[in-house]
Amino acid sequence: MSEIVPGWELTVGLEVHCELQTKTKLFCSCANTFGSVANTNICPVCLGLPGSLPVLNEQAVEYAMRIGLALNCHVEPSIFHRKNYFYPDMPKDYQVSQYDEPINRDGSIELPSGTTVGIERAHLEEDTGKTSHMGGGGRIHDADYSLVDYNRAGVPLVEIVSRPEITSPEDARAYLNELRSILVATGASDGRMEEGSLRVDANVSVRRVGTTELGTRCEVKNMNSLRSLGRAIEYEAARQVELLEAGGRVVQETRHWNESTGSTSSLRSKEEAFDYRYFPEPDLVTIAPSSSWIEQVRGALPPMPGDRRRELTAAMAKSNPDLDASSYQDQIVTVVDLALDGLVVGAIAHGADGRLALARGANEAAARPDEARALSVEAFVELLGLETSGKISATQSKAVLTEMLDGHGAPSEIIKKLGYEGVDADALGVIVDAVIAANPNEWLRFVEGDERVAQFLLGQVMRETKGQANGKLVAEAFGVRKSR
Amino acid sequence: MAVEFTPEEVRYVATLARLKLSDEEVASYAVQLSAVLDHIDAIRALDLEGTPATSHSFDLVNIFRADEVRPGVDREEVLAQAPAAEDGRFRVPRILGEAP
Amino acid sequence: MSDTTRMTATAIAAAVRGGELSAREVASSALNLIAQHEGELHCFNVVTSEVALAQADAVDEKIARGEDPGPLAGVPIALKDNLCTRGVATTCSSKILEGWLPPYDATVVTRLIEAGAVSVGKSNLDEFAMGSSTENSAFGASKNPWDTSRVPGGSSGGSAAAVAAGFVPIALGSDTGGSIRQPAAFCGTVGMKPTYGLVSRYGLIAFASSLDQIGPFSTTVTDAALLLEAICGHDDRDSTSLRDTPTSFVGPLAEGIAGLRVGVITDFLSDADPLIVTAVRDAAGALASAGATVDEVAIPELMSGLAAYYLIAPAEASSNLSRYDGVRYGLRVDGPDVAKMNAETRAAGFGPEVKRRIMLGTYVLSAGYYDAYYAQAQRVRTMVANAFNRAYERFDVLLGPTTPSVAFQFGAKIDDPLAMYLSDLYTIPSNLAGHPAISVPFTLGEAGMPVGVQVFAPALGEQAMFRVAKAVEDAQQAGCRGPVELSAGASR
Ligand SMILES: [Zn+2]
Repeated sequence: MSEIVPGWELTVGLEVHCELQTKTKLFCSCANTFGSVANTNICPVCLGLPGSLPVLNEQAVEYAMRIGLALNCHVEPSIFHRKNYFYPDMPKDYQVSQYDEPINRDGSIELPSGTTVGIERAHLEEDTGKTSHMGGGGRIHDADYSLVDYNRAGVPLVEIVSRPEITSPEDARAYLNELRSILVATGASDGRMEEGSLRVDANVSVRRVGTTELGTRCEVKNMNSLRSLGRAIEYEAARQVELLEAGGRVVQETRHWNESTGSTSSLRSKEEAFDYRYFPEPDLVTIAPSSSWIEQVRGALPPMPGDRRRELTAAMAKSNPDLDASSYQDQIVTVVDLALDGLVVGAIAHGADGRLALARGANEAAARPDEARALSVEAFVELLGLETSGKISATQSKAVLTEMLDGHGAPSEIIKKLGYEGVDADALGVIVDAVIAANPNEWLRFVEGDERVAQFLLGQVMRETKGQANGKLVAEAFGVRKSR
Repeated sequence: MAVEFTPEEVRYVATLARLKLSDEEVASYAVQLSAVLDHIDAIRALDLEGTPATSHSFDLVNIFRADEVRPGVDREEVLAQAPAAEDGRFRVPRILGEAP
Repeated sequence: MSDTTRMTATAIAAAVRGGELSAREVASSALNLIAQHEGELHCFNVVTSEVALAQADAVDEKIARGEDPGPLAGVPIALKDNLCTRGVATTCSSKILEGWLPPYDATVVTRLIEAGAVSVGKSNLDEFAMGSSTENSAFGASKNPWDTSRVPGGSSGGSAAAVAAGFVPIALGSDTGGSIRQPAAFCGTVGMKPTYGLVSRYGLIAFASSLDQIGPFSTTVTDAALLLEAICGHDDRDSTSLRDTPTSFVGPLAEGIAGLRVGVITDFLSDADPLIVTAVRDAAGALASAGATVDEVAIPELMSGLAAYYLIAPAEASSNLSRYDGVRYGLRVDGPDVAKMNAETRAAGFGPEVKRRIMLGTYVLSAGYYDAYYAQAQRVRTMVANAFNRAYERFDVLLGPTTPSVAFQFGAKIDDPLAMYLSDLYTIPSNLAGHPAISVPFTLGEAGMPVGVQVFAPALGEQAMFRVAKAVEDAQQAGCRGPVELSAGASR
């Protein structure tokens, strides 16, 4: 367990809300889309008009099952409850959610580091509408009034609740990142934090090293990126330690992370009372997936990031048995995170050098993952083969890959267009001989073993080829002539 | 067993229920609700250990809808019913607290 | 033009379908009678003359084109004002919804229009269906056409009074704890609560979702069966709507009751008015004479129903009524912030009984009380259903009174909520179990007011229930049912 402040331990549990990529909302047939004109995806049900009734979206249930099974949960018979509280973004002034009988229970996530974090539950619930605060700089407390758009109200969410088993800001980030990759892999979510389709709240508490009872926790909200999650946890932990060390007490409350000040603050108005009065939603019936449905969903799940990292690691070990796996583990995490492992594993299977394939995948391809995922394995293999055989230099290879990501065609065509094909072995021999003839003194010193002039001779060849020669091949050509 | 609904409890419950009550209402609800609760309280004495709770009359399961978009309601028709609307949205007075 | 206001729905539909009467004639006749007497009785929150005439014309046009105008062709109907009607004010008799125009029709409304019925207005009710007299309506109580100093019952009092007055031959109400059967008994009409899930609740403004059902009012059992046929059946928009349920109720009436086993619930006879007890015993005797086997049965568990009901219904109501917050529709009373606006709006918009039930429901659901109250009430509910079902191992239907007394005077119980709640004692158990039950006028009781007898049946046992109800009706005392002679009734 890491100590964020000497003598203190940190405990974090994360609650992640994931919007499902269904066509329609959870309980009505309105479109589930982001960015529509305000209040255009609404109907009596999601507006909570008197007399309307909810009917559950089967696809949302299936996505929830996919998520649960991908997180190693048990899928169980479940019901909905009403969570009662007043808020203008909630059309019925209660949220339909799952309470003590959630659809998914007791799972786990294995982080790339090998640490396992328990999942308590992953349940279905409906999203709220969106409020905009008018006047006062758009901040809720200084606003003159607010405007409500119910397009998002009723959008299906799965809330994934971890056990309080995360012990550092780094692990919190790794957990969220891994969870996001899993959610994207299931097809249930687009994983976009910036559009709010993935939202994270952190329950943070601290305790003195050596004590077993968890400290009083605060729930921190409004973190919009992996980076702000880490910063907010660090800040909040330090705040709690400072408070406790000064003899104070942590009050259980919800706190708001402010990205610009880098601090958390309590925003709950004092007179509010919260008692959600949960009770079973009488307008909906039990969800009881049959075992055959569960197995069908499980069977249709694609490989999850952990499996894919293991597969890529195995392919690397086979392709480059001399390399230490720890040297490329970070690259594997990156490639799998961005779903570029299919490209890299495919390339290795078609005989490409693993180290080279992984490096190009984790760097140039990773910079533009959407385009990279669209590359064909054949084209990627062809490119890597040209680089390995020395037909093009590493610099040229990166440039060609960039052109390929731009959609400018096959490697051979791009090489022709960029003029890289001119420096083949024969042409290079002619240039090398010319450089030796033009610099006899330097050549003599090189032959006598002065390695410092090697750089000079290489530079001359590069100047003649306008930088397009492969450095390795040039060195080989000099070597051959030296030993003649 | 007499059940007493105190004025303090009445006020707390009114806060949860978002009802502004006058002092007279608080006083009369305390009396009336105590009487009703007193009657209702008899069921606490029933021994129903092992009897399952029924929230629906029938054990329906897996009632679903296909994930297909259907037209909703016209925004203007709905906004015309709103006490206050602005810029295609429902207008409300300032909100003092974050959503829980 | 002939006066059609004393005709049954069955007779009107037959005449309209047969071309002997036009739907417009029938609608005009109903609207005329309403215009004359609505001021005394206040059955309606709104009379929709234009809608009615347009719907009647549509029926007549269908007939002119040779199309089937539907089983309720040209039959005037009153709709309880908690059923959503597109573009027609729907208030639940509450100030908080005053002026609200729903953008959609309830499923039952759509089905009625398809069946050719003609909607003449939105009938009065206790605010949000909470009450037993219509005295809780924000727009004034309806009067009992038999004696205008007495309540019509509630909550569907406007529908019951409209049928009893002859304004319409049929009406729709909703029944959460007796809100159809109790006013039917008070007004001398037939009133029936179907099996939970037989009729779609989509568009019925919720009071207590797990108990609410829409059902028919009529002057005859046959008309009630006819109306139920038009509105029943699965609806994709209500998750609690049952599939593959019976669809025919009029036809089986001809089968009679020979061999049916009828149990008289003795627990319901100990506290009821003596004339009402006599009515139940006489009805039982009539059923025996008609060929049924009649015996007594004690089901003491049913007596715990009232307490469970007054936990479950307010709990669900407290949540269902949260949405009336002044944000999206209906009344708003402004405040400096949204929470104060909510609280001011709800204080001004809800009447005392609604507030009382919201308070009670909020309290019993709040932390620390859920298990003792709400969860225990749900167990009582199981107990009540099990007790009914044990009785149905021996009996096809059960018989009892609908109410402990006849219609009471205005003001008699308004200040004593508990006494008012006790008038639902015999109707509530069916709602808790989700079973059907019907009140049939049988005789005249105290002060010459009508007395209803209640027939209970197991889930989806409507056919046997209607058959027995018809046999009760066949033995009813002359003059115990509506429509009443209005000039006499109103001046009493
Ligand atoms: Zn909708």
